[in-house]
Amino acid sequence: MPLSSRHLLGLQGVPKEDIQLILDTALTFREVLERPIKKVPTLQGKTIVNLFYESSTRTRISFELAEKRLSADAINFSVSGSSVSKGETFKDTIKNIEAMKVDMVVVRHAAAGTPLFLTKISNANIINAGDGIHEHPTQALLDMYSIREKFGKIAGLKVCIVGDIAHSRVALSNIFGLITMGAKVSVCGPSTMIPKYIEDLGVQVIYNIDEAIQENDILNVLRIQLERKAREYFPSIREYAKYFGIDRARLEKNKKSIVIMHPGPINRGVELSSDIADGEHQIILQQVTNGVAVRMAVLYLLGTVN
Amino acid sequence: MELLLKNAALLNPYEGIDIAETDIVISNGVIKSIDKVKNQDSKYFRVIDLSGKIIVPGFFDMHVHLREPGREDEETVKTGCLSAANGGFTGIACMPNTDPAIDSAEVVHFIKKQAENNLVDVFPVAAATIGRKGEVLSPMAELYEAGVVGFSDDGTAIKTAGILKRVFEYSRMYNLPVIEHCEDDSLSGGAMNESINSTILGLPPIPSISEELIVMRDIIVAEYAKANLHIAHISTQKSVEYVRTAKRNGINVTSEVTPHHFTLTDDMLKSYDTNYKMNPPLRTAKDVQEIINGLKDGTIDCIASDHAPHSLEEKESEFEYAPNGIVGLETSIGVTLTELYHKKILTLNQVVEKMSSNPRKILNLPLPSFRIGSSANFTILDVNEVWTVDIYKFKSKSVNSPFNKRLLTGRAVGVINNSKMFYSGEMIQIS
Ligand SMILES: [Zn+2]
Repeated sequence: MPLSSRHLLGLQGVPKEDIQLILDTALTFREVLERPIKKVPTLQGKTIVNLFYESSTRTRISFELAEKRLSADAINFSVSGSSVSKGETFKDTIKNIEAMKVDMVVVRHAAAGTPLFLTKISNANIINAGDGIHEHPTQALLDMYSIREKFGKIAGLKVCIVGDIAHSRVALSNIFGLITMGAKVSVCGPSTMIPKYIEDLGVQVIYNIDEAIQENDILNVLRIQLERKAREYFPSIREYAKYFGIDRARLEKNKKSIVIMHPGPINRGVELSSDIADGEHQIILQQVTNGVAVRMAVLYLLGTVN
Repeated sequence: MELLLKNAALLNPYEGIDIAETDIVISNGVIKSIDKVKNQDSKYFRVIDLSGKIIVPGFFDMHVHLREPGREDEETVKTGCLSAANGGFTGIACMPNTDPAIDSAEVVHFIKKQAENNLVDVFPVAAATIGRKGEVLSPMAELYEAGVVGFSDDGTAIKTAGILKRVFEYSRMYNLPVIEHCEDDSLSGGAMNESINSTILGLPPIPSISEELIVMRDIIVAEYAKANLHIAHISTQKSVEYVRTAKRNGINVTSEVTPHHFTLTDDMLKSYDTNYKMNPPLRTAKDVQEIINGLKDGTIDCIASDHAPHSLEEKESEFEYAPNGIVGLETSIGVTLTELYHKKILTLNQVVEKMSSNPRKILNLPLPSFRIGSSANFTILDVNEVWTVDIYKFKSKSVNSPFNKRLLTGRAVGVINNSKMFYSGEMIQIS
């Protein structure tokens, strides 16, 4: 049974069967990653371009590794933010890449909707590796994979996403994916960072982190942007850490059994204290390993279907 | 040189004219007779059969962006005028956000020179402040003398209430309106209306209060300064309510709406098509409904296109980076007839008011007259023609329209003004 789309642009509207298929396929690739020779010939002869308009070492390396493990030819094309406005247009860049006969494009871009735009000007399979504050579907898929790995299921679990929900593509993709898979989703963060109409998505809003800890099985803690512009949304990093940061004392005060996730990189002492970031509650490094398997699954399913 | 227009209906609400079918003789651009003409076709240099068509006073679009001077690759005064004529307008007011801005008599003279000998009358609106920066008043008296019809920092609101008050006070001496683009930029800066859709699409939101705050501010200052305030491209429910209340309280405020704001909603953005990107942004169905109410009850006086040409290279880009605005001159009448007239929201009389007489009244311009001896200033409508918008048939230099391929009912088939007629794609000298 193939996926219902030849692109992965986001998780909004993606049917449950597709997510299930990706997670199941990822499980087989996860086993490959445990072998001494971590390579399969599945995508031999396929050319994949990693088109990164925004620097993201982690996501790019994860994709690159997934591509290599599938024996695809991977090409990295990175465009630094400043040259975008001066250089050739996005459309021209894509047309050029298209002329080189590539099969798949993994795209990271600061502007929302760019992967969809790409599907209109290219024949390649398009995979969204993060577009603006819109979606980051492979991150949410690896989060869901990690949840399933830990709990053996997703349906019925209570997941709270903590942090700057309004400016997070990780949050939005997780919300769409988790709701489709039957989880109960809430968000927690300063009210300036919660979108005004978020409840219309079927998400509960919690402003008190202790309440979020008490009521959930999993906290998916987002990285807080430390730049000045992001900080206009809350008074200070100190205040954020005090009222929304998670440390051992806070967990002990509430309850013990909770799973902590984080998409990385962590601001230690801000959203997570070090004892939590390295402690027994977290599955952060499993997430990283699972990320490669999930991306292998996505590339494999999209690359061998059409 | 005499032109005979045969079998046309004639409608002019403010002169009480409503004739089901008649003939009109135009001699050297002037109305010579309105009466059935017996078969003497050979004596006229041209005879045009307008059976089933309605002649109305020439339509006027009071919010047009010509890109000259500055971005002649996107539109010039000439191409903008041709686009207006093709869309059914005999007069337009052009906004001052050119480069340089229309903030000196020289630029006004330049634009007027570019518009000479044109079918379409072009009336510049001047910047209220130098460079539209909201700091120093533009030479308003000199601009008035040069022939501008209003003041506006369009593209942005006049920056502070303090400057606004002075602009109001100064413009009052010449009885010119101040046309406000209502936007508090400390709240805007996004790419689309704030709604559930902006969350789903991950596009930075612009809350409706960004417009509403400035509408309120402007009404308060206009009342205090006893000035004429015109709200451009009104787009939200509450803005309409505030203007309605202000009118009831006797404040001199008028308003306009664009065809896209009474037709489209932010649901359209799901395609990330940059032809749905404009400022103010498309709002929600609730906002559209209140705009419809405002059009019906007269809160909204005019329909104006906010014609904003942009090059294909700039529009064919990432949504967040694309410029705001769409072309509208050649779809405005069609969309209005389809969405308002045929859906029985406005009568044809009301359409004529909102697209011909009201904008001219707001700008203190004379109204076209159908009296014998007046120069002919007509728009010729076929309200029942079914047609499909094709951006490649536009006369505008730009094609950034969200209405491409849309099926419309009703359009302007021709215009007459300044001894010229534009009909069936042909410019005809009639004197
Ligand atoms: Zn404007």
